[in-house]
Amino acid sequence: MSQSVDTSQGIGRNREAYLSVTDLVVRFPSEDGIVHAVEGVSFSVQRGKTLAIVGESGSGKSVTAQAVMGLIDRRVASVSGEVWLDDEELVAMPDEELRALRGAKMAMIFQDPMSSLHPFYRIGAQLTEAALVHQKLSKSEARSLAIEMLRRVGIPAPSQRVDDYPHQLSGGMRQRVMIAMALINSPALLIADESTTALDVTVQAQILELISTLQAESDTAVILITHDLGIVADIADDVVVMYGGRLVEAAPTNRLYYAPQMPYTLGLLTSVPRMDRERVDRLDPIPGNPPSAVNLPAGCVFQPRCTYSDRVLDGACLTANPDLIAVEPDHYVRCHLPSDERRRIADGVLASLAGDPG
Amino acid sequence: MTSQPSEILRVTDLRTYFPVRSRGIIPRTIGQVMAVDGISFSLNAGATLGLVGESGCGKTTAGRTVLRLVRPTSGKIELDGQDITNLSTKELVPLRRKAQIIFQDPYNALNPRHTVGKIIEAPFLIQGVEPPGGVRRTVQELMERVGLNPEHYNRYPNEFSGGQRQRIGIARAVALKPRLIVCDEPVSALDVSIQAQILNLLKDLQDEFGVAYLFIAHDLAVVRQISERVAVMYLGHVMESAPRKIIYTGPLHPYTHSLLSAVPIPDPKRQKERSRILLEGDLPSPLNPPSGCVFNTRCFQAQERCRVEVPPLVEVAPGHEVACHFPVATPPAGGRVTPVQLGDAAAPEAAAPGA
Repeated sequence: MSQSVDTSQGIGRNREAYLSVTDLVVRFPSEDGIVHAVEGVSFSVQRGKTLAIVGESGSGKSVTAQAVMGLIDRRVASVSGEVWLDDEELVAMPDEELRALRGAKMAMIFQDPMSSLHPFYRIGAQLTEAALVHQKLSKSEARSLAIEMLRRVGIPAPSQRVDDYPHQLSGGMRQRVMIAMALINSPALLIADESTTALDVTVQAQILELISTLQAESDTAVILITHDLGIVADIADDVVVMYGGRLVEAAPTNRLYYAPQMPYTLGLLTSVPRMDRERVDRLDPIPGNPPSAVNLPAGCVFQPRCTYSDRVLDGACLTANPDLIAVEPDHYVRCHLPSDERRRIADGVLASLAGDPG
Repeated sequence: MTSQPSEILRVTDLRTYFPVRSRGIIPRTIGQVMAVDGISFSLNAGATLGLVGESGCGKTTAGRTVLRLVRPTSGKIELDGQDITNLSTKELVPLRRKAQIIFQDPYNALNPRHTVGKIIEAPFLIQGVEPPGGVRRTVQELMERVGLNPEHYNRYPNEFSGGQRQRIGIARAVALKPRLIVCDEPVSALDVSIQAQILNLLKDLQDEFGVAYLFIAHDLAVVRQISERVAVMYLGHVMESAPRKIIYTGPLHPYTHSLLSAVPIPDPKRQKERSRILLEGDLPSPLNPPSGCVFNTRCFQAQERCRVEVPPLVEVAPGHEVACHFPVATPPAGGRVTPVQLGDAAAPEAAAPGA
């Protein structure tokens, strides 16, 4: 199996990986108290591989990505842990050096292309800006590079489109421009933060196909941040599940879907309406609401919504944050339930999902 | 055409066009956005019709026109046997007891300066309904019914999460026990674990009150969960309409096939075995829709006839209607990606910037 998820706590970084994050903690001060956005998250991803970070709003998945990109203002927030990108550590790196890496070795595609593109500038000018900062190019060379990138991401008539303003493009085309902009310096790490969420399914299919093609061409490491388990099943090699700022389960994709162990992961798999399964009259939702990052529950963050915590003796779920344990060499789970109990629960839940569409 | 007794809603050849005016001192109408362009459907009491399609297909405009929140250009809307197409705003007020709406965005659909109690009691005050036991008690019962704590009667919307706000919107919509609720993307702004809670709640309320839903959504899995019948819209037209099972297991319209194949399913092995029909290009502009079949610019089945002749929505089997000259039972097989050859794929792109 792939080695690209290494989430062992306290263990050093995964040196084979292109990106290795260990024990990342991000906290913001706020009027209501300290926001525990990310609490000790570790993962790694190799070149050519896709890691999906799954979670609901407020789970800390986007903040994790921003911390990797160095987009968190460290004068305000506290960021600790280690982020190793190809032999360089980013958390302690001065802003100047980080800026040289950002856009060159790592790049990010955001959710909303309309607010990430400047409405006053032609897309060509916005595309070449990133290239001119990081590469030694003349203006005309940068322009032909921009046209070439637009062609690669599948924009028809790129030599004319390069002079368009963002409002002249449709949502799907704008997202293609965002991808072209992110990839113009051939970064080895691409982070896509909910980059297809705002798009229609048929356009989403085009964009996912495009990301996969470009990834194969340049051997890029991709981190895909999403809440859509269908997209994860489609293109991810490994999955990290986040909840309440913590990593609660991590495994290779097939293992996570066919042998999950954490009750939250099970809840995610059963609460979504499944087009690939026989329709049930009632869904089986996770009860309650996600926790506030200011006021995380003591003990296990998922405990208030967990339907199995009464099976843990001595109420450990209420008092102690469970350790991340390796149930397989590359499968990590954060849960107090005994392992045979976890497996029994998972088998029961997965069996209830069985059945072909009808 | 008269409505059947069990029918709560019948829509016949409904068109909603929005005029586009030129700028200048004397604005002229220079075009029409044909948001809804001749759709017909009916909905039985206590049933759910799913209206599904991508952004810009006219599903939201259709839902709003049905409630007469938007004035139709032509066609006929019958609510519970009564023609409401041309009623005045004043004449519509009593009908609001029969038909309500739940909005997509639970953040903007609630007045931030009103308490939850005030929001949910508004329908009673506007309609002059005095429920037995008093308004306050009824509102608190409603809050409890939709899963809110009745003690939060005096709280403001900003104190609630997205899912809880959507519950407030639902309580307001069901307050007067309407016969029809238009649900416009009611769960698309919610997290997946909350979506399931709201879908179950809507289902329970339907069982309890016998309310019919016109359920508008872009998420095919969500629509399948809640609807008995599904109509697929594209660029203002209904492309295919059938009982749920047929839409999801035996559709005939190339667009329905494309839409279904584009939704990734949360099962890695099955997902990787599926073949996906990649549509080229984007939705054409509803200002300037393609001639003939509106889907012909992106369709893998398109032939010359499709560019000239508009396919009518015809019943091909009982309850199964398709608007296509060349319906297919099985989409083109092949690899994971089926490339679609289009003679003039770039044309709609160039013609409709920003579409």
